[in-house]
Amino acid sequence: MLEYANLFIKSIFIENMIFAYFLGMCSYLAVSKTVKTAVGLGFAVIFVLTITVPLNFLIDQYVLQPGALKWIGPEYAEIDLSFLSFIMFIAVIASMVQLVEMIVEKFSPALYGALGIFLPLIAVNCAILGGSLFMQIKDFSGILESSIYGLGSGVGWLLAIVGIAAIREKIAYSNVPAPLRGLGITFIITGLMAIGFMSFMGIDL
Amino acid sequence: MAVKKTKNINNPLILFLSKNSEPLFSKKNKALLSDPMDDNNPITVQVLGVCSALAITVQLKAAIVMTLSVIAVMSASNVIISLLRDLIPNRIRIIVQLVVVASMVILVDQVLRAYAYDVSKELSIFIGLIITNCIVMGRLEAFALGNGVWRSFLDGFGNAAAYGFILILVAFVRELFGSGNLLGIPVIPEFIYEMGYENNGFMLLSPMALIIVGVIIWIQRSRNRTLIEKG
Repeated sequence: MLEYANLFIKSIFIENMIFAYFLGMCSYLAVSKTVKTAVGLGFAVIFVLTITVPLNFLIDQYVLQPGALKWIGPEYAEIDLSFLSFIMFIAVIASMVQLVEMIVEKFSPALYGALGIFLPLIAVNCAILGGSLFMQIKDFSGILESSIYGLGSGVGWLLAIVGIAAIREKIAYSNVPAPLRGLGITFIITGLMAIGFMSFMGIDL
Repeated sequence: MAVKKTKNINNPLILFLSKNSEPLFSKKNKALLSDPMDDNNPITVQVLGVCSALAITVQLKAAIVMTLSVIAVMSASNVIISLLRDLIPNRIRIIVQLVVVASMVILVDQVLRAYAYDVSKELSIFIGLIITNCIVMGRLEAFALGNGVWRSFLDGFGNAAAYGFILILVAFVRELFGSGNLLGIPVIPEFIYEMGYENNGFMLLSPMALIIVGVIIWIQRSRNRTLIEKG
């Protein structure tokens, strides 16, 4: 149990998608002008990451890895499809996003109203594909582990985008040098926040 | 007239020329290459493709390999999408684009694994992330879907090169001040270290990449005040 908690904390703080790997920066910069939209996008990312990482884990485990096709028959044991992983992962992500969008629209119109416009954007969010690719590198042992990793990365991303959105709302009242206004200052603040998050690196989990 | 027509068909170059047969490097086409470098830079002005750009700028070598990969992927996928632009149904264009880009990235990844295994290990997941690099999708959506093959090629090449320019600039600063090397070769002479200079190890950590890009934006916008954001 403890190792799962460790993985969760680690994926939120120490290996934060934004501050440690810069994943999902595009939407992070574009959608962080107000806290409300930032929260919406953040939850959509958590949602999609928690679904796609374990799903891609299964695909990696039973289709793509060298020898993964053994379950069909012994003659398939030598097939190595790992070169297809990029295209498989992105296809899974794009179709899952479509599916999630349709399901949410059907069963929870309120949630759809809140997440609606952000869901299609997420298919091309680097954090989502990054989550699956990291999952492949980290060699998780089970589906539970990979779901927790997906959830944790999503929560870390939400924390980062809500944090920067709150700061940007406040900074509108400050006198920032004109050439730095908007994008420039956002980069520098993100850098400073990343320095703050680096203090978590000392935690040994 | 009829003679001229058959001539055109026999000439394979016609595929790559726009209909009103401009010269290959007309002023308009040159602008496609030069604009992204300065006032329309994909990273500092359009804010596209920041995602995978920053993490691999610790070393110049990785940044250069990444730049070449992005140039290859973007030029090729821009050309392919531009060739297919009349065939792709509008509703599923995102999926089609993703598939084309992903196939190009797989090719690049396999080539890197075959000929530059060390660098490919170093770039780890970031080669794969070219697929979701917003700059690739952004140019496909904004340009290749509505323009001819040759112009799309120039646009893809120009934007990827401009993206790489920022990448290499950031990597240059980080490697020079962070480890005193350029391309792995020590460049800061020994006597400067003896005078008390020390490498700034902080440059090698991820926050500095963000701050350096912030400073680049600052410099660019001070030079060109029309880019300053209002409000």
